[in-house]
Amino acid sequence: MPAVSKGDGMRGLAVFISDIRNCKSKEAEVKRINKELANIRSKFKGDKALDGYSKKKYVCKLLFIFLLGHDIDFGHMEAVNLLSSNKYTEKQIGYLFISVLVNSNSDLIRLINNAIRNDLASRNPTFMNLALHCIANVGSREMAEAFVSDIPRILVAGETMDSVKQSAALCLLRLNRTSPDLVPMGEWTARVVHLLNDQHLGVVTAATSLITTLAQKSPEDFKTSVVLAVARLSRIVTSAAIDLQDYTYYFVAAPWLSVKLLRLLQCYPPPEDAALRSRLTECLETILNKVQEPPKSKKVQHSNAKNAVLFEAIALIIHHDSEPNLLVRACNQLGQFLQHRETNLRYLALESMCLLASSEFSHEAVKTHIETVINALKTERDVSVRQRAVDLLYAMCDRSNSKQIVAEMLSYLETADYSIREEIVLKVAILAEKYAVDYTWYVDTILNLIRIAGDYVSEEVWYRVIQIVINRDDVQGYAAKTVFEALQAPACHENLVKVGGYILGEFGNLIAGDPRSSPLVQFNLLHSKFHLCSVPTRALLLSAYIKFINLFPEVKGTIQDVLRSDSQLRNADVELQQRAVEYLRLSCIASTDILATVLEEMPPFPERESSILAKLKKKKGSSKLPDLDDVRRSVNGSTDHAENTEATETVSAHSFTDKLNLNSTPSSGPSLLVDVFSDVSSPAATDMSEEHFPRFVCKNNGVIYENQLLQIGLKSEYRQNLGRMYVFYGNKTSTQFLSFSSAVTSSDILKTQLTVHAKTVDPMIEGGAQVQQILNIECLSDFSDAPVLSIQFRYGGTLQNIAVKLPVMLNKFFQPTEMTSQDFFQRWKQLGAPRQEVQKIFKAQHQMDSDVAKAKLLGFGVALLDGVDPNPANFVGAGIVHSKTTQVGCLLRLEPNTQAQMYRLTLRTSKDSVSQRLCELLSDQF
Amino acid sequence: MIKAILIFNNHGKPRLSKFYEHYNEDTEQQIIRETFHLVSKRDENVCNFLEGGMLIGGSDYKLIYRHYATLYFVFCVDSSESELGILDLIQVFVETLDKCFENVCELDLIFHVDKVHHILAEMVMGGMVLETNMNEIITQVDAQNKMEKSETFIFQSTRQDR
Repeated sequence: MPAVSKGDGMRGLAVFISDIRNCKSKEAEVKRINKELANIRSKFKGDKALDGYSKKKYVCKLLFIFLLGHDIDFGHMEAVNLLSSNKYTEKQIGYLFISVLVNSNSDLIRLINNAIRNDLASRNPTFMNLALHCIANVGSREMAEAFVSDIPRILVAGETMDSVKQSAALCLLRLNRTSPDLVPMGEWTARVVHLLNDQHLGVVTAATSLITTLAQKSPEDFKTSVVLAVARLSRIVTSAAIDLQDYTYYFVAAPWLSVKLLRLLQCYPPPEDAALRSRLTECLETILNKVQEPPKSKKVQHSNAKNAVLFEAIALIIHHDSEPNLLVRACNQLGQFLQHRETNLRYLALESMCLLASSEFSHEAVKTHIETVINALKTERDVSVRQRAVDLLYAMCDRSNSKQIVAEMLSYLETADYSIREEIVLKVAILAEKYAVDYTWYVDTILNLIRIAGDYVSEEVWYRVIQIVINRDDVQGYAAKTVFEALQAPACHENLVKVGGYILGEFGNLIAGDPRSSPLVQFNLLHSKFHLCSVPTRALLLSAYIKFINLFPEVKGTIQDVLRSDSQLRNADVELQQRAVEYLRLSCIASTDILATVLEEMPPFPERESSILAKLKKKKGSSKLPDLDDVRRSVNGSTDHAENTEATETVSAHSFTDKLNLNSTPSSGPSLLVDVFSDVSSPAATDMSEEHFPRFVCKNNGVIYENQLLQIGLKSEYRQNLGRMYVFYGNKTSTQFLSFSSAVTSSDILKTQLTVHAKTVDPMIEGGAQVQQILNIECLSDFSDAPVLSIQFRYGGTLQNIAVKLPVMLNKFFQPTEMTSQDFFQRWKQLGAPRQEVQKIFKAQHQMDSDVAKAKLLGFGVALLDGVDPNPANFVGAGIVHSKTTQVGCLLRLEPNTQAQMYRLTLRTSKDSVSQRLCELLSDQF
Repeated sequence: MIKAILIFNNHGKPRLSKFYEHYNEDTEQQIIRETFHLVSKRDENVCNFLEGGMLIGGSDYKLIYRHYATLYFVFCVDSSESELGILDLIQVFVETLDKCFENVCELDLIFHVDKVHHILAEMVMGGMVLETNMNEIITQVDAQNKMEKSETFIFQSTRQDR
């Protein structure tokens, strides 16, 4: 009999779902759903008590609506009520609703906890399971606090049913993940370990998962599990499949449990006890042997299960890293898989080999597969597999094969997926540096990188090449010659111009003897690129020019002419203008000696960890990187960031990184992909950014939004009920933003209270450039909402949507008012109606500093009145909020209590909505 | 740990979504969309693993999926899970659905969303694998159905249902 017969579905639900499926348009669907929501709501609210069947039906409908992506904002209470029903059906559907729809912060948690507590105590295994499932699925801290001491008890109690034990083990595991500090260790731990001997394999599996996690936290407490795990594993591996009955999966004995046991053993070093150790080795050998046996079934599930165990066994062998014999066997086995026709196995073999490559016993054995791996890079159809091949090549690289591997990676880079280019660039740069015997090869490699994939060469990479050239004088002449030649290309990447500008500025003299690269030729070459470059690159070039003046006095006149031209001296960009002015002046007044001192060659950089390596680690998560014995260097390499800035600030004392901090790189692969697709379908809903919003309550200028691509800065000024806001959009990338547009939207209510007129803005923002937009603001009447700035642009073909809550608040339209103590109190009394006063007592979020509080209140817009309050620690202020229609007088008083770390804020105005809003805004600031 | 289990059809319509870590509704929908785009553009016969999308946590997480006729079954897992093991688990899940519904098809998942959740709950709990033995799972599901039948039998067929 099938477990679910098709006839017993709920008809009302079926009709509703069919209706939805028949909807021709999104609008029709939404309409139908809203109708249904209204129906359910009225049923829930209605006088007639619903029977269990109806409740279940409505909850199912809500689940379906939720699955379609609609917000469900009611029904929670009904679901919680279902929990305390005695009927299984009702209880079950209640728990289902809770685990799908209730999040861990819900205020209903307390009610839910009560129901759970009853069910845990019920001794009915079905109810207990439902309750444990709910705890595990929600996993909130409150739940952990409430039940964390009960669950171990249930887990190890003798009379607990097997299925409940299973649930309890996993429930405890889940709580340990979400709130590890709450899970108590105690005498139950020893008894949990003995669950590894349980009759029921399901219990053993769940217990193994739990112990694995706990053993990572406190290995000592669970040390005894090793013996039991080996014994259990040995019994499974050597058993005839038939012994394990239901846990045999496609002729493989308990594959899942085997995998889990092998994982558990990876928490510990190889057993010291010789007998135990040989028993484990025997198991591992048996697993390796089994792969060579003819398959017992042709089904893919059979080989899958078998190989799942095998790969885990290999992982354990690699983890132990102590049996050369097993390591080499593992490597050979993986070598076979590299050419297997199953893509999954090729993928996993590449992944495991990455780990093997870092063991000294097997490194050489892995290297023998280099041709196969390179072939995989060239011929695999699947990008996931190619990516693993890149990882493996990186891991197996050493001095003997570095030239071959770097060359292969470079040639692959030309056709590689965009999503993995940046990573390959970083890897090539690291390998080239690490295994460079002569640094000319290194310089060639990096310049090739820039030529092939300039857009993906991050700053770290070109900083690093400059550091190395500066530090190694044997390569400087070659570097100067090579960049000079590379710059001859009619179109070269901006990163090449940067490297070229820097290196010629430092070492151009080394090639100036050749008439083909005379000082003037070098200068003209660089200057021919100048106008195509972004602002930071131009700034760097200007520094190179002043260095030229020092290196080659004969071109001084030419360069001075360039610096003197209007396009430099009057450049709209402050940084460029300043550099031009200062450099020109310096070249005119300083003597040769002074010039030579100021513009001396850069001193060598201190040796630190390669900043590229740090970046790659950050990108990939260090766990995935086989460590190329760089630990040595990373010990003292914590400040690579300072090094970067050092590299940029070549000659001038100016910081290169202007307001737009240019140190970050454009977003890389995966996000790009997502955006491409979200563009094709409906544009993804953008989350509105409002995190910086509160910072602007007491100030008018600053950065309101920043991501990897864009920075938005604000400057604003207000006068009575009018305001003007300057919005600065800074492009942090080196690529243009196209179809740039930004508009201000307000809710319908806000539109009647506040008008914001936005001037149009240039549809294109060059890489590194900044554009400005002016917003004119008028306050019509008091308001509490805020307008939203919506920005849209294309970056590298993908559409970006950003929404930012604009910090236009009511207090911006304050005019401070001075008044005497007498006036103040008179007004204070006049505004004594109950709704005119709003008071809030709140805990201080920041340190309670009187000067800071004063500055904030002044920034808020009121005038501070001294000598009004008898207690000098209190603040009293007054101001008038201007809107087009009315003016609202406002008095405020802030009383700090340093002992209790609390404030009391009292506001009185003639309009209750104004009092309310001002209090909300101001109370968040302290 | 399993972070999410998603089932959607060839057009990206979600048929089941179960998250074992909390996200708000919008993010959940975005994750489903993102995952669909990542998975659906892949050819048949490529491998069943890929790195997770940005929203789900990037390369620290893997998407392990199988494509059956009109449906994609996608598990998003962290590095503590065995890839092939999860692949087996998907197979067990599908075979179990098949037994419970007799030749399961997309419509069964749509019309019996609660049942599918219950079956899944017997296999995965709080992101951890609870049971992999199909017979055990089906026994549990059967027991539930019996209890349900005994409670709801009276209501069937007589009601005007809307």
